[in-house]
Amino acid sequence: MDGANWNYSDKVKEHFFHPKNILEIDEKEYNADGMGYVGSPACGDMMKIFIKVKDDRIAELKWQTFGCASAIGSTSMLSVMVTRDGGMSLDKAWKLTPEMIIDELGGLPANKIHCSVLGDKALREAIKDHFKRTGQEDRIPHDDKSRIICNCMNVTEDDIRMEVLEGVKDLKTLQERTKLGTSCGKCIDTAKILVDFYVGKYYTEEIYTGNKK
Amino acid sequence: MIYLDNSATTPLHPKVKDAIMNALDLFGNPSSMHSSGRQVRAMLEESRKDIADFFNCSPDEIIFTAGASEANNTVLKSATTCCAFCSENRGHIITSNIEHPSILNTLKCLENQHVEVTHIKVNHKGIVDPADVEAAIRPDTMMISIMYVNNEIGTIQPIQEIAEIAKKHNIPMHTDAVQAIGKIPIDLQKLPVDFLSMSGHKIYAPKGIGILFKRKTAKNICPLITGGHQENSMRAGTENTLGIIALGEAIRQAKLEMTENEMRIGKLRDRLEKGIKKNLDHVLINGDPAHRAYNITNISFMNIEGESILLRLDMHGIAVSTGSACSTGSLEPSYVITALEVDPEIAHSSIRFSLSRETTEEDIDKTIEAVTETVNFFRKMSPIV
Repeated sequence: MDGANWNYSDKVKEHFFHPKNILEIDEKEYNADGMGYVGSPACGDMMKIFIKVKDDRIAELKWQTFGCASAIGSTSMLSVMVTRDGGMSLDKAWKLTPEMIIDELGGLPANKIHCSVLGDKALREAIKDHFKRTGQEDRIPHDDKSRIICNCMNVTEDDIRMEVLEGVKDLKTLQERTKLGTSCGKCIDTAKILVDFYVGKYYTEEIYTGNKK
Repeated sequence: MIYLDNSATTPLHPKVKDAIMNALDLFGNPSSMHSSGRQVRAMLEESRKDIADFFNCSPDEIIFTAGASEANNTVLKSATTCCAFCSENRGHIITSNIEHPSILNTLKCLENQHVEVTHIKVNHKGIVDPADVEAAIRPDTMMISIMYVNNEIGTIQPIQEIAEIAKKHNIPMHTDAVQAIGKIPIDLQKLPVDFLSMSGHKIYAPKGIGILFKRKTAKNICPLITGGHQENSMRAGTENTLGIIALGEAIRQAKLEMTENEMRIGKLRDRLEKGIKKNLDHVLINGDPAHRAYNITNISFMNIEGESILLRLDMHGIAVSTGSACSTGSLEPSYVITALEVDPEIAHSSIRFSLSRETTEEDIDKTIEAVTETVNFFRKMSPIV
């Protein structure tokens, strides 16, 4: 319960006390063109982002959060960044990083940076959702097709696959290496199935055991 | 500023301030034989005597330390060895899973040696079951250390029962009583603990002064700080004279004000809870409303995050604390709330309000208003319905 690091910049405070672009109506009434949702309340952070798209640009962005001051401040900032000057193109918005948001905010305390990564992650999910709704799946960058399994520690299915490829063969080792499922633990069952699946896939077929060639 | 974080620390009592001011020129070393030293020595011993009176123990059972963290370290590090540096620590210690970090982290150090620790799990209300303590006793159990009042949720542990169990089994018993002093009457002739820790700055004295009570019949302890013969050779270093004088005055005032404070502050705490519950749905009081210190309430505001609440209340001029992970810079929320085996989001949403002798009815009414505004503000932007 110690109160270390309240050193938020004036800009963070401004966005925290007067957050911009919050979705205040029912999300069904809002009719978004894309919705992204990451995190979970069990991890202490959860973010929902809604976008409206016009001419391949973000015409509007609305958001909701269960999050701390850092999450609120950075998502509010993000909502301004992608909608100003006629709206950011979807391709550019996809590449938005926490560093760019933190830069605009005038910095964040180091131990709060992990709280600020949900906004851009949710934004990519929203753009992805929009691509799917409009038949543009081919525009989803390849490396980000993987679904997130552990929201708390941000571990995707592809991360688990890679871990197995690197030699992980059980859940315990996977947890030691990725911290997956060590916060709220809700993903453990899914993760176990995936580890078993990929272990089965890679270690029973000859090509992966190195027996052939 | 409406200060409702008195479990973190308290302002100085006006009488304590006076006592410090009046003693500022008394610079003598209490170990000196000349009159300058003797004058200060007399004041220290007066403090010691009044503190002993307050606890109904003997003055030579009071050891002044820099605070409860030092007292806790001293006791635990002595528990399993004859001397902190002359032999390895071995044996078994029983504690709870909601102790202050000065207990839990000190025990972690000992676990890195050869000490085994049993952490008794509290129930969902935050109370240790004495039967669990008794069941955990082993032939090599060297100490039982259970806090009197929890600092986050205010629950009062059945210390009398646990201490009697310890006595029955002839095991040294320690209690960290930091949050109990001035709130619950403690009579050390009736409460059979061997050791008790307290800190001055939770009872309107300054930071940097506390005591370790060590019963005459208790096993010897090794000084954590070795050196001179101060404090019966149990705590070396020239005494914190101003701190000790201040602590003596704080204890005198606690004795005078205890009954009145309990009545008045308890009513204000209840008023705060009632007001918040009247204005807001989905609030949850953590801990055990039937067994807790009168000055603390710990409330979870469902669907919103604690650090946000804390900072917006700060904007309203109200100081509180939270068990949210974001307040600690880690991913883990408060281990105390988590120990109640509730959903993690309840810990992330928790706020502790701790009142003091200075809290007024007006403060409470303003707080209810500000909390209502704050919670509604964040719930409007919460994705959880």
